Amino acid sequence: MAIDAINGIIRTVVTGSKEYKAWVGFLTLLALVGIAFVFRQIDQGLIATNMRDDVSWGWYIANFTFLVGVAAAAVVLVIPYYIYDFKPIGEIVLIGEIMAVAAVSMCLMFIVLDMGSAERFWHLIPMIGIFNFPQSILTWDVVVLNMYLVLNLSLVIYALSKTYAGKSYKTKLIMPFIFFSVPAAISIHTVTAFLYLGAPSRPFWNTAVLAPRFIASAFCSGPAFMLIIFQIIRKTTKLKIEDAALHKMAEIVTWCMAVNLFLLGSEVFKEMYSATAHIEPFNYLWNGLRGHNQLVPWIWTAVIVNSIAFLILIVPSIRKNFFMLNIACTFIFIGVYIEKGMGLIFPGFAPSTLGDIYDYMPNSMELWISLGVWAIGLLIFTVGAKICIAIKTGEIGHADPSAHH
Amino acid sequence: MSDDIKGKEKSLITRRKFLAGLTAGAAASALPAGEAGAYAFEELFRQHYKRLDADDLKDILAKLEEELSFKYGKEVHAKATPPMDNTVFGYALDLSRCIGCRRCVYACVKENNLSRDPQIQWIKVLEFQKGNNKWQGLEHSNRYYEPEQVPEKGRFYVPVQCQQCKKPACVKVCPVQATWQEPDGIVVVDYNWCIGCRFCMAACPYGARSFTWGKPSIPKEEFNPEIHYLGNRPQYKGVVGKCTFCIQRSRAGRYTACVEACPVGARKFGNLMDPNSEIRYVLENMKVFRLKEELDTNPKFFYFFSMGTGVKS
Ligand code: SF4
Ligand code: SF4
Repeated sequence: MAIDAINGIIRTVVTGSKEYKAWVGFLTLLALVGIAFVFRQIDQGLIATNMRDDVSWGWYIANFTFLVGVAAAAVVLVIPYYIYDFKPIGEIVLIGEIMAVAAVSMCLMFIVLDMGSAERFWHLIPMIGIFNFPQSILTWDVVVLNMYLVLNLSLVIYALSKTYAGKSYKTKLIMPFIFFSVPAAISIHTVTAFLYLGAPSRPFWNTAVLAPRFIASAFCSGPAFMLIIFQIIRKTTKLKIEDAALHKMAEIVTWCMAVNLFLLGSEVFKEMYSATAHIEPFNYLWNGLRGHNQLVPWIWTAVIVNSIAFLILIVPSIRKNFFMLNIACTFIFIGVYIEKGMGLIFPGFAPSTLGDIYDYMPNSMELWISLGVWAIGLLIFTVGAKICIAIKTGEIGHADPSAHH
Repeated sequence: MSDDIKGKEKSLITRRKFLAGLTAGAAASALPAGEAGAYAFEELFRQHYKRLDADDLKDILAKLEEELSFKYGKEVHAKATPPMDNTVFGYALDLSRCIGCRRCVYACVKENNLSRDPQIQWIKVLEFQKGNNKWQGLEHSNRYYEPEQVPEKGRFYVPVQCQQCKKPACVKVCPVQATWQEPDGIVVVDYNWCIGCRFCMAACPYGARSFTWGKPSIPKEEFNPEIHYLGNRPQYKGVVGKCTFCIQRSRAGRYTACVEACPVGARKFGNLMDPNSEIRYVLENMKVFRLKEELDTNPKFFYFFSMGTGVKS
């Protein structure tokens, strides 16, 4: 049986439609280009990036932050399905968890890429190295991210192996872990927000609203991304995904976007009304400061696309139109992606603690390397989802495709 | 758990035994290249500074001397002088005297073997307009002033370096304890333990930490051969460094390089525990202040005006 299963999985991964092969080939190519640039970065050091002392974190950390949000968003599927027993989501909750696995893997890759001395990674391993827990929030992040990765991976493998054998997997045994995955998902994004908001040296980040805003924006961007992917999946595979499931997700996205915009408003009010010297990074981002205004068009784009998306989503009849829904999802993805990089990491450093403004934007090497990481992440997702669908639809294994698990 | 990192050292292979094996291997191949390779290999597995016992440290320093003497063509003396009893170092800077000449900056670069390209400077001299009321938060500084002559009319200067905080944000956030505060108050970095995550740079409120973004370069003829393991030994690509109050000098009872270089005597340095020290005199007789007091980092770096009425002069 194990041999059978492995054969089946390998067959599933290597065979597929022309589109599937082209997609995998494309991602592999991007990944290879990224890896080639990684060698250059290793050789020259991080000086090959555009980061400098004044802006010491950049595009990699921005991507990391965004992807923690995508990973956390798996909960948006877990809560309605497992906890409120909303059946239509059943077909896709596993795909959401595979997405979480892929997203956390990308997060870890971005962290390693950002380390100046990655070969010393073992210094972080408890007992062998020195793990500065609980003082350093970074160690908390290491703990929760790895825990979340293991948790999702185990849940997926467990559910799929049961389904493969033709059995039901919604047993008492795993319920505690599923319940646990909800606070775990919240924790990965909260702790990531704490990395920034715990720095009184950076007034732009040092605001308590950052953590709830992270959660709200993550619960928009992650499901928005998945909404598009689910539509692709149901067009290209035999997996049935009901409209009701997608509409439910869109509804959740709507309310999270409302909260996100509300929290943004609170932030804007607090900064502008109190108008202390700490408003400088805020001004740098929104208006430009002392002639430096490269982030201004980005942040306004983000706010405008997020608001348009919200207007589309808020009217149920419009949101149920898939064309409009896809526009809203694309806008949200773009909006939140900009918010995390140009809207959060970069302005946190400008002006610097000594009052300097260094206009950071990633260079082409950083962009290629990041694209490479995304390609690897999407490969993990594509392959994982393909195996999952093959098992669920009974293409391999002994699942009864007509039954909802 | 995290404060006591010495507890587990006994169970670890001691560095000495490890090195003994390596030197035997290196002796077999007389080539310096082979030796350097073995050294790099040893470095990869080297333990945290606080986990090294006296013998380990001796071996490491000897190796360091050998390697650097070979590389820079002069006899290098590497030390790891421990803190002195009843000593906490403090610093005070007289803003009414500072003329913004940056001699402290250059003296620091030379003394501490800082990379020239990429350029690393641990002291930053900020220029402000007189009458500008936005200077205490450092918001309106100009670090890149280039006048024909200093001081310029209508300007004043505020040099900033590591403030040796008593509550150092950098130490709190470091995930691997690669940076910590010594008993004499100096915040140091183990350049062989830092993983280069730069969390400390995000946390430091004074822009005091510099990252070695690329392979450092130091001109041979300007290399300072008197080095300290936690101070002015050359840093590596991909790690963080910072001012250590010239640990190699201060622990030997000397003034820091910046104090000696200042042509107008704006810089005062000494032992805060010694009632007769110069620094204590300043603290007791001048009205001193510290940067960004609202963050409660509690720096051991003070500023004062000995002359005139301050910024309006
Ligand atoms: S000034 Fe910065 S580097 Fe120095 S001790 Fe304080 S926080 Fe650490
Ligand atoms: S860059 Fe080095 S010293 Fe700074 S927090 Fe990271 S490991 Fe610690």
